Amino acid sequence: MKFVAVSSCPTGIAHTYMAAEALEQAGKAAGHEVHVETQGAAGSTPLDPAIIAAADGVIYAADLEVQAKDRFAGKPFVDVGVKKAVHDPNGVLAQAVAAVEAGVPAADAAAAGATPTAAGAPRPAVKVDPNAGVGTRIRQWLMTGVSYMIPFVAAGGILIALGFMIAQAAWPGNEGPVAVTAVPVQDLITSFSITSGQDWAVLLYQTGAAAFGFLVAVLSGFIAYAIADRPGLVPGFVGGAISVVIGAGFLGGLVTGFVGGFLALWISRWRVPKGVRGVMPVVVTPLLSSLITGFLMFVVIGRPIANVMDGLTNWLNGLSGSNLVLMGALLGAMMGFDLGGPINKVAYTFAVTGLATEGLTGDAVQYRIMAAVMAAGMVAPLAMALATVVRKGLFTHAERENGKAAWLLGLSFISEGAIPFAAADPWRVIVSSMVGSSVTGAITMAVGSGLRAPHGGIWVLPLISNPLGFLLAVAVGTVITAGVVVVLKGLRPSPLVEAEREADAAAAATTPAAAQPAVA
Amino acid sequence: MSLPLTAADLVGVDLAAADRDDATRQLIDLLAAAGRVTDAEGFHADVRAREAQMATGMPGGVGLPHARSEHVTVPSLAVGKLREPVDWGAPDGPARLVFLIAAPAGGDADHLQILAALARRLVHESFRQSLLDAPDAATVAEIVQREVVPS
Repeated sequence: MKFVAVSSCPTGIAHTYMAAEALEQAGKAAGHEVHVETQGAAGSTPLDPAIIAAADGVIYAADLEVQAKDRFAGKPFVDVGVKKAVHDPNGVLAQAVAAVEAGVPAADAAAAGATPTAAGAPRPAVKVDPNAGVGTRIRQWLMTGVSYMIPFVAAGGILIALGFMIAQAAWPGNEGPVAVTAVPVQDLITSFSITSGQDWAVLLYQTGAAAFGFLVAVLSGFIAYAIADRPGLVPGFVGGAISVVIGAGFLGGLVTGFVGGFLALWISRWRVPKGVRGVMPVVVTPLLSSLITGFLMFVVIGRPIANVMDGLTNWLNGLSGSNLVLMGALLGAMMGFDLGGPINKVAYTFAVTGLATEGLTGDAVQYRIMAAVMAAGMVAPLAMALATVVRKGLFTHAERENGKAAWLLGLSFISEGAIPFAAADPWRVIVSSMVGSSVTGAITMAVGSGLRAPHGGIWVLPLISNPLGFLLAVAVGTVITAGVVVVLKGLRPSPLVEAEREADAAAAATTPAAAQPAVA
Repeated sequence: MSLPLTAADLVGVDLAAADRDDATRQLIDLLAAAGRVTDAEGFHADVRAREAQMATGMPGGVGLPHARSEHVTVPSLAVGKLREPVDWGAPDGPARLVFLIAAPAGGDADHLQILAALARRLVHESFRQSLLDAPDAATVAEIVQREVVPS
């Protein structure tokens, strides 16, 4: 078995180290691997998180408060005090072996990553196998962030979609989905009427929008958490929030998740004087790692992103009057690229700004651009939803669940519904999304659909000219994107999906046996 | 080069001690005579206080009194081989080998790591036996210097 241990004593110069040596020697003699963190006066080198993750059990041979004890949460442990470890290391080891054999605390199933569902676990699960290769670990870090983001996407997206649906009925004409976003929050606070459909629509929309405000931060925060454990949360969340502020979207959030996580991991491994150690996880690590992440995002990355957005906007403005079908394809590809990120935002803002042009006639180019942009923006979530249905074996449990919500999100032109898929597997999903979205953009232009509303999805269908052509364009792009992503994912199946499938098979195999305990 | 942890004049090879406190005091006097402890009485009080918290008798007949104290000028180790073993509070019997560790209150990490390495070596029976077999103070000091290296 593999054990990690912590030793400490009041003076920190004798027992701490004797206990460590005694446990290590006893382990060696009995064929167990024992790694001891000596929290003594000579400074302590924190155990490698990978070693902790691989350990079967924990031995506390500590007379002082164990520092950063949460690292060991969920593992079977024995708490013996330092003296017993010095005088009877073999007995302590035997006790630890017994504790491991006696079973695993409930929380550990999630921490070990064996089960895909972490519901009810007292601490967030990190689905990272420390023995895996770099590529797999990166995917596991990503999936940890994605799995925590999905409920926000689903809850927020469905609230927004419901808000649009109710608004469609609550406002006269077909203006609801547009009007609902224009009601100031202040009105909701001061004059909410329980009988007003409009107020309910606004309430749902604003609540959903608030949930969406967390998407990138949660993604980034839990990627960092998967990498660095608790110290990663602050730089991860802060970095994600900054990514939203500077318009870097979920791709920026992926960057901040990794940057924040590794900064926190690095800083938390610094060897610092004893007096400072206590405030490291609470103050120093989050403070420094957040500051550096903030500097990188605002100062280093912020300006290039702003420059790219400005450049693209100017370029799009210069294109007006050129081939509309090509323009539709281009805008579609931009919409499908980063799903709410800077490129997507340029295309969307370009379209919405066009709507404000004075004196537009019924089939103005600006309306057709808006229609192409919205149609393209609906493709990615719809295509992912379709792909999870036709080839569910290519997706994780979490992704399949998200796929169900993605139908409604896609129909409501909430591109964010596809972010969990794109964040978990950026290249394949973004490539397929761009292909399908650009086809949709081109077809929308070709069939001559126009749209006067800046958002709303199918809920503003009455405002769309040639609605059948519009729906056809969306459907074609959806099928293309779903097809491409299925092919790309099929070429190299994700090890995470494979692992889940094996776990499912194992669970299915053991369930009948468990139902008949008398046989054993 | 800083002063080595121990030296022949810090080793007593044939100490006759009445009890734990007496043995400790004799070793403290060695440290004080070498100028490594400024106030023998004050340091003794610190060691007693530590011993009162939890006896430092270790398995294999070892007593390991120690303290971090402001009366210590340089991290030092005094070694005593007792003529008659005295009880040091260890469950497996009295102590024959006594190691008195004197650490300055603000000891720097390097010195503390040497002390940590010493504590780790003490777990090994071969190390203890070689000290018990050593014929004189110089050999004891030499073994400690050779064997105790920070990991």
